[in-house]
Amino acid sequence: MKITRRTALQGTAGALALGVSGFDFDFTKAEAQAPAVKRGGNLTFAISAEAPHYDPHASDTYATLHLAAPFYSTLLRYNLSKFPGVEGDIAQSWQVAPDQLSYTFKLHPNVKFADGSTLTSADVKATYDRLRNPPEGVVSTRRATFADIGAIETPDANTIVFKMKAANSSMLDHFASPWNTIYSAKDLAENPANPRTKINGTGPFTFVEHVKGSHVSGKKNENYFKKGLPYLDGFKGIFTLQAAAMLNALQGGQVLAEFRGVSPAERDRMVAAMGDKLRVEESSWTLNLIVAFNVEKKPFDDVRVRKALLMAIDRWGGSQGLSRISTLRSVGGAVRPGSPLATPESELVKLPGFSKDIKKSREEAKKLLKEAGQENLKFTLWNRNLAMPYTPAGIFLVDQWRQIGVTVENKQSDTAPYLAALRSGNYEVAVDFSNLFNDDPTLALTKFLSHEKNPLNLSRANDAEIDKLYDMQLRERDVEKRKAHIRALEKRLFEQAYQQPLFWWHRIVLTHKTVMGWKMSPSHNLGAQLEGVWLNT
Amino acid sequence: MTIALPAVPAPRSREPNLLLDFSRQQPLGAVSFVIICAMMFAGVFSNLVAPYDPLTIDFASILGAPSWEHWCGTDAYGRDICSRLIFGSRTALVIGFTSSFVGSTLGAVLGVASAYFGGKIDDWIQRFVDILLAFPLIVLALVVVAALRKFVVGGVDVNLIFAIAIPIIPRVARVVRAAALSVRVMPYVDAARAAGYTDTRIIFRHMAPNVVAPYLIMLTAFIAQAILAEASLSFLGLGVAEPTAAWGLMLSGNAADFYREAPWMILFPGAAISLAVFAFNLFGDSLRDYLDPRFRM
Repeated sequence: MKITRRTALQGTAGALALGVSGFDFDFTKAEAQAPAVKRGGNLTFAISAEAPHYDPHASDTYATLHLAAPFYSTLLRYNLSKFPGVEGDIAQSWQVAPDQLSYTFKLHPNVKFADGSTLTSADVKATYDRLRNPPEGVVSTRRATFADIGAIETPDANTIVFKMKAANSSMLDHFASPWNTIYSAKDLAENPANPRTKINGTGPFTFVEHVKGSHVSGKKNENYFKKGLPYLDGFKGIFTLQAAAMLNALQGGQVLAEFRGVSPAERDRMVAAMGDKLRVEESSWTLNLIVAFNVEKKPFDDVRVRKALLMAIDRWGGSQGLSRISTLRSVGGAVRPGSPLATPESELVKLPGFSKDIKKSREEAKKLLKEAGQENLKFTLWNRNLAMPYTPAGIFLVDQWRQIGVTVENKQSDTAPYLAALRSGNYEVAVDFSNLFNDDPTLALTKFLSHEKNPLNLSRANDAEIDKLYDMQLRERDVEKRKAHIRALEKRLFEQAYQQPLFWWHRIVLTHKTVMGWKMSPSHNLGAQLEGVWLNT
Repeated sequence: MTIALPAVPAPRSREPNLLLDFSRQQPLGAVSFVIICAMMFAGVFSNLVAPYDPLTIDFASILGAPSWEHWCGTDAYGRDICSRLIFGSRTALVIGFTSSFVGSTLGAVLGVASAYFGGKIDDWIQRFVDILLAFPLIVLALVVVAALRKFVVGGVDVNLIFAIAIPIIPRVARVVRAAALSVRVMPYVDAARAAGYTDTRIIFRHMAPNVVAPYLIMLTAFIAQAILAEASLSFLGLGVAEPTAAWGLMLSGNAADFYREAPWMILFPGAAISLAVFAFNLFGDSLRDYLDPRFRM
């Protein structure tokens, strides 16, 4: 029998409903069964981008998570040994009502924040209130994913109940999202924006320091609620914005890992240099680059211009070349290619921007530009200053658009100014990204909800039809009907050409073989807590 | 009794053809001048000279070895390296020449003014110059380029030009000041002052033309340094951005990943940078030897 995310979740829910709940897993026992776990030591690893702030609620860059995740807990989390199955983090157990209209979580007792205060259900409520209804001046980039929560109740200090307005088949995934870190209600009451600049979590490590442009460090949380964890005494994440510097540091042993991913060429180079000292792990990646048009800027308010630009891109030819030199690999729609609800290639090629007859497609694109009076179109492509894979994507797009007579300047900025420009709408065309942590279509499609519903839709387009189709697929229990809604949404999205996935990535992670206990997954947002990592030195 | 006089070289007659005269006296300088001219020609007429479009990707030709089709091979995107070198000379020249010109000119003005006014003004300017001189050129350029954001005008990053020009200013100011100090005590400067001319007029009309020789020498010498700085900054990811053809940029990025299997990716851009820097340095030296009377004997 094929185990899908849905069957796994149903199984989990069923097991819980039968009373198999409330286990208090003793991590010391697990350690005893595992061969030769060694305690102590400091893990030094590379982070290839500087986080714009410390608040994962307001972020969608891994840089924030790789910096902040070790200091925080979430309600649930993914079990990376059984991905995409979920397990409790601060939730000791949970129950889902048969009609999926309520979720009840029992919290671990005696969970302490770094400031010494005890976590209660009030902290979880304050966190989720902030996520679903952020106060003035606070950004919650995943607000739309919690729109179905009607009320949050806290019957006692260790119980929290989410009452739903409507059944949502993706809720457990959202509760397991690594971005939904639990904050202290006291901190949020003091200043709802506190988490942007202050770290006070219940995670396996406590914050030591963050030196901008240099490093972030943490030390073992002696009061961590999971007995026996973490194994490490501490960690140091070193910001290495240049890939070459990161690889040299990895080769020289100054860093022992980089958990985001490297290109095939970088992998080959490191394997040749380090031989069996290096561990290489590969996976498809729940991450894609997106070409986004700011529909509030002329001439990108004209669907003909947007569509023409998408039709000029030879994705199929590009994926063959770019996969040799970068982390960009698969051609796909809004849902990760190869995942159960993804649009198959046979249907994808019928959509604008995915034609395999690129010559014909470009001729049509030129006609559209001529009709729109934009034959000599010039614009700036906003891109992120991360060599892999943003630079190859920029080079590729400039070349593709030149072939229909469009002149483009590839402007690469550091993460913070890049995100600031995109979020504020101060751009024309951008290489955006969709940073997912599982294959749930709802999660992937949230990106394309109307801007007024989801600020992460950087095209700033508002489209009621897309919102309607999104809701329909969200509520649909029948897989085939849900697929049909997803296809309809993709068709509308690509016909309107607000934004479109460029390529999906392929993840290659390099670690020294002395780094143990870290688990590979299709998402670089997962496993960043580092609680099970140890050093075999 | 006859007195044997030492043979005094006949006064060098100024030939109408300066180029021939320069070539005869400074053959290496002439060779470097030819290289510079070739580079300028390639830069100005890149569109005509380059066999391929430097930005066109050809995935069928990724990492192609040098061949009749691609004289210098192709890079990780299948782009023709020879064409990118030719277009890269435009980037190198525009940024190299402009930053050297801006830096040298501002430095010369500062140096002449410092020498002319003397006293506290001279002290303040020179201490400021001392501070700037404490930083190596590339380090100061790195600081400036990191502090300033990109400001692209006509495809050229103006702030990058300033970032390279600023470290040049103190170096030129110090040399030009030394030359200007000797000019300041000349009777015609006193005469101009006595005639009631303004300071600006005396500096620009009477002193500046007499420090042109060191200025020109510094200008050419710093073109080489500016080209090197631009290549270094681009290599570090702070100069021009992909997919613009620039020599320093060609050495970074994918070149670091593929140089073992495609050594031509670093060989030719490296050779181009070395040749250009060598040519400008040699030309600067030869120009100094040619213009400085002490080297004519």
